[in-house]
Amino acid sequence: MSYFYLVLATPFIFALLVPILYKKINPRVHTGWFVLLVPLVLFLYLLSYSAEVYERGAIYLSLPWIPSYDINLTVTIDGLSLIFSLLITGIGFLVVLYSIYYMSKLKEALHNFYVYILLFMGSMLGLVFSDNIFVLYVFWEVTSISSFLLIAYWFEREHSRTGALKSLLITIFGGFAMLAGFILTSIIADTYSIQEMIGKINVIQSHPFFIPAMVLILTGAFTKSAQFPFSIWLPDAMEAPTPISAYLHSATMVKAGIYLVARFTNIYGGVAEWFWLVTGVGFVTLLYGSINAVKQIDLKALLAYSTISQLGLIMCLLGLGSAALYFDAGNEGTVYAIAIFAALFHMVNHSTFKGSLFMLVGIIDHEIGTRDIRKLGGLLHVMPISFLIALTGSLAMAGLPPFNGFLSKELFFTSVLQAAEMPFFAMGTWGHILVAAAWIASVFTFVYCMIVVFKTFFGEQKTDKLKKQAHEAPIGMLIPPLILAGLVIAIFFYPDILSRYFLQPAWEAVLPSFAENPALQIEISQWHGMNREIIMTLGVVAAGIILYKTMKKWSNIYYHYPKVLTLNSIYELIVEEMEVLCLGITKRYMTGSVRDYLTYILGFIILIVGGSVLLLDGISFNMSGNSEVSFFELGLLIAIVITAFTVMFTKTRMASIIAVGGLGFLIVFIFVLFRAPDLALTQIVVETITTVLFLLCFYHLPKFKKEKTSASFKVTNVLISVGIGIVMTIVALSAYGNRLFEPISGFYKNSYEVAGAKNIVNAILVDFRGFDTMLEILVLSMAGLGVYTLIKLRLSRGKENEETK
Amino acid sequence: METYMSIVIGVLFTIGTYLILSKTFLRIILGTSIIGHGVNLLMLTMGGLKKGGAPLLGFNESSLNDPLPQALLLTAIVINFATTALLLVLSYRAYKVLGTDDSEQLRDHVQQLKDSDDEQ
Repeated sequence: MSYFYLVLATPFIFALLVPILYKKINPRVHTGWFVLLVPLVLFLYLLSYSAEVYERGAIYLSLPWIPSYDINLTVTIDGLSLIFSLLITGIGFLVVLYSIYYMSKLKEALHNFYVYILLFMGSMLGLVFSDNIFVLYVFWEVTSISSFLLIAYWFEREHSRTGALKSLLITIFGGFAMLAGFILTSIIADTYSIQEMIGKINVIQSHPFFIPAMVLILTGAFTKSAQFPFSIWLPDAMEAPTPISAYLHSATMVKAGIYLVARFTNIYGGVAEWFWLVTGVGFVTLLYGSINAVKQIDLKALLAYSTISQLGLIMCLLGLGSAALYFDAGNEGTVYAIAIFAALFHMVNHSTFKGSLFMLVGIIDHEIGTRDIRKLGGLLHVMPISFLIALTGSLAMAGLPPFNGFLSKELFFTSVLQAAEMPFFAMGTWGHILVAAAWIASVFTFVYCMIVVFKTFFGEQKTDKLKKQAHEAPIGMLIPPLILAGLVIAIFFYPDILSRYFLQPAWEAVLPSFAENPALQIEISQWHGMNREIIMTLGVVAAGIILYKTMKKWSNIYYHYPKVLTLNSIYELIVEEMEVLCLGITKRYMTGSVRDYLTYILGFIILIVGGSVLLLDGISFNMSGNSEVSFFELGLLIAIVITAFTVMFTKTRMASIIAVGGLGFLIVFIFVLFRAPDLALTQIVVETITTVLFLLCFYHLPKFKKEKTSASFKVTNVLISVGIGIVMTIVALSAYGNRLFEPISGFYKNSYEVAGAKNIVNAILVDFRGFDTMLEILVLSMAGLGVYTLIKLRLSRGKENEETK
Repeated sequence: METYMSIVIGVLFTIGTYLILSKTFLRIILGTSIIGHGVNLLMLTMGGLKKGGAPLLGFNESSLNDPLPQALLLTAIVINFATTALLLVLSYRAYKVLGTDDSEQLRDHVQQLKDSDDEQ
């Protein structure tokens, strides 16, 4: 077992330790300091792996988990998983550091908070490393659940609960779709390993299940990455504490869908359906997010919509890049492959600038007490450092130099312009529409970036509307966003370090067939000369400034859009209708009557056992091995049947109890006849006690009433009981008639030599299976205790006391 | 013999199931008891009947009956007793507290008790 598995296990182990530690050290020391170690150590450790992967290529490890089902903890450590894991641990470190100052150790339930965070971190790492699709799925769902827990962290607020529920419903819905897609893919490719699937691309792409499987997997990715129309959960997820929004809902979890698409591009990409689905949804999301972000008045909601739009941008870049796979490995495809690089690059950039912006909003919220844009303004003099953070983050997001967003935004334009001239996939006039959409979305992006900077930090300070006196945040809260802001600038000036050691291996991991090709290389430069991209950017700035200046005049159009048609109201309608429908269905069969439930259970036994016996040709009677029947035995059997029927038809309690007792004693005879002396002895004792018990209770229980039952009730009962009887007879006959293997009893034949016992049955009970018997005694004593307490129990009810005296 | 036994097992299961589906406590308990007998016979029959002597060493029998089903049955009989006893006392108790031995009426009675608790 490799030490690497410790990476996956550490967050979970720490998650177990946190509550214990919290009890010990809170409130002397903030629990976060302890948690902080986890992402830091993991980050450094993973960095060492990235050097190895850079030099020697991907590493594959495997640890058997459920080998009989071919489900193993197979791990792929390649450029793609490393870049994600470094984001998870790196941003995780900064977020935990930030949360130490953000989350008060006196007021908040920190142990819950950090357990959820660690749970998320561990499952997210598992998600990006695991190669087995079902293990990946499990981790995928754990991230959904931990996200749910974190959004509902302030569960006493109603908005938190509804937001959490919304995100859970949507992401789990997508998760199920993805699971179905995985199952289809595994059926097609006959493997659970993503790496092995890559070897079977031809089989997968020519299979009739190809398109359904692709759509299902993409549904999973789109829900998780908040793509249109599933994006509605992300704005509501902003009810979570801000460190969580920065971590899960902008930097990492929402990128799980991106990861999935990147991972499966190599398997599913290269066809028009994938290209248009991913690109199209990405573009719509990009536009939808950026246009909606402008109208938000809550800073955090604005950032949420901007995240949606940026995720759409990354998604459509991945879609555009998949065109490279239309070609075999060669120079022709490389032109389009740049889009994949741009996607990865922008993903890293987005994590840095959006993380810092979220932390900034957290700071404003924390220090000023509101995130409402209408109440903010003029903070420049009060919070100069925060202003720097806001400026860096916003301008990077708007795609201006000298910030990293500029570089990836230029690459985005390059990719779109190249794709627009694509001679395949029925591009045609769509190409121009794509370019126009990219440009319009960038303009709106520019406008909301201006809003973040200017509406918050310039203009008049509206002190009368604020509850708190505004002041700069403590240094500990400023450090994490400052580090991110520093990265934003550093990546602009030295993009090659990031590109060569991290992005290049990830790029090759997404397109392994191109990896041997030396053409898969890119030089990022800050200045390309006066080309089309630069002109587009200049146009964005010009149009953005005009739109921002004239915002008051045109922002009214947002209110003309009918409320009924918004995605949120559609979602609410669906949820409401589903609730009514489910309640109706459930009420129909959950009657609350035990007898009905028994009918279901027994009915299913008949269906499943009887059905499978019929379908699998299980009925085969072999009477040749039957032992002979003596007259006495036959008489005994008839007596048993008669007694049993007596129990059923008798009208008085006494008669039925005696009949059951008689039945028991008749069975004693059966045991005697069939060479089972121990059973006969036990049965005599047990039957005697049981009969006595029945008689004791008989004294207390009321007389049989004539059961008032409808005819249908009786008919169902008869049908079900006869069905059960027939099924059991068939089972008994078939079980006797078919011997699949020799009885294992031969093992016990030497009980005298092994256990010193001549009675084999006894030896089995007390020696070979001694623990079984011990536990049986335990069950018996528990039942005895139950009987005793039930009889002795005096309820507090006054009336009851009188009765039992 | 095994064939006849299988039919008897089927009959026992039929009657037991029918009783379990009725409403009176006592009948339900009797039903479980009868199903228990059916299960015991089923296991015994599956192992084969009269294949040899009782599984006791030292009697110079040429072959012995299968001891494993018998060992399992021994456990089953005792557990069956335990559950029957518990069920009986439970129904006795339920009757004492709620005043009915009808499983269908039980729900309404419990509801009434809850309501009267709420009033108090």
